[in-house]
Amino acid sequence: MSSPTLEKHSAALDAAENTASENITVTFRIRRFNPEVSEEATWQDFQLELDPKERVLDGLHKIKWDQDGTLTFRRSCAHGICGSDAMRINGKNRLACKTLIKDINPEKPITVEAIKGLTVLKDLVVDMEPFFQAYRDVMPFLVTKGNEPTRERRQSAEDRERFDDTTKCILCAACTSSCPVFWNDGQYFGPAAIVNAHRFIFDSRDEAGEQRLEILNDKDGVWRCRTTFNCTDACPRGIEVTKAIQEVKRALITRRF
Amino acid sequence: MSLYDVDNPAPVIEAPRKRTGKTPKTTRTNFELYGWLFMRLSGIVLVVLVLGHLLIQLMLDGGVSKIGFAFVAGRWASPFWQAWDLIMLWLAMLHGANGLRTVINDYAQRDNTRFWLKMLLYTATVFTVLLGTLVIFTFDPNIR
Repeated sequence: MSSPTLEKHSAALDAAENTASENITVTFRIRRFNPEVSEEATWQDFQLELDPKERVLDGLHKIKWDQDGTLTFRRSCAHGICGSDAMRINGKNRLACKTLIKDINPEKPITVEAIKGLTVLKDLVVDMEPFFQAYRDVMPFLVTKGNEPTRERRQSAEDRERFDDTTKCILCAACTSSCPVFWNDGQYFGPAAIVNAHRFIFDSRDEAGEQRLEILNDKDGVWRCRTTFNCTDACPRGIEVTKAIQEVKRALITRRF
Repeated sequence: MSLYDVDNPAPVIEAPRKRTGKTPKTTRTNFELYGWLFMRLSGIVLVVLVLGHLLIQLMLDGGVSKIGFAFVAGRWASPFWQAWDLIMLWLAMLHGANGLRTVINDYAQRDNTRFWLKMLLYTATVFTVLLGTLVIFTFDPNIR
């Protein structure tokens, strides 16, 4: 137990433990909306003790568990995979479970509000149905003809690489609800639906790419994209959303000419 | 449907993608594709046409003070400048109109506002394009 690496490690651990207790006081400014109380949404401030290395979601938990049980928000896995807790934190769409307090300047009040462009049901919970309707509209499933092969459908590493980026989507709606075109006209498919169409359009095993392109060629499809890059900035998975949309546009153009 | 009811004390906002009678039909045309492509291509051509136009009109040969009836008459005697101005007129008007159509689509909140703004835009565009074309083709240098 006296190897240098282990000692270094425990020294690092000690350092971590020493700083672990350095709680700071943080103000959470949360956009509250309860239709049973008032039809107006209001800002409410909460003061709490938090370690700067904790996440915004931990703060929300502390508020809900210790201060105000009526605070309503979605979260499932709490580790950035399920995509339930997308919200607008300090004016930017992020996952509460992936945003560390120290990264968003805890000296000022941290504003937390529901994502925009979707109907708020209560506090930070929005109606996700329009978002999922757009998702369903692009047929986000593998479509093939003929008999099922007796083993898996093979694909080369290059063919898989082609759409690798868009397989990362967790459907959190951070991109779609950051899109100014979607804010104004919910008929627009939105970045998330296009990303998920992209995932199958460029899949060599899939045979319904034409149909999906036709759907996205519609009036409310990819041509409404203004390449403002809000979606790429918002994506908690780091997907190059705008690039994916541009690739769908290019596929539509090259298919035509 | 009223904005509030007993079960729904919050304002009832119709879900954007809900299928109703007013839901636009899928168009299944390539109009938006051609529109998008037109903006790119006409933009490139317009850079040459407009910058060339500004250079000739405002910079070369004594600048803006040289422009008069005689100057215009002299230029339009040549089919080259007629074609230049005609193409510039059409491309610039259609490019600008399509851009404004996009802006209206993005920003107009109500269907009615959107419709009337676009009607105004189309009327103004058609009027300007036709008037300009008429002048270029029927220009008479001997007019009194």
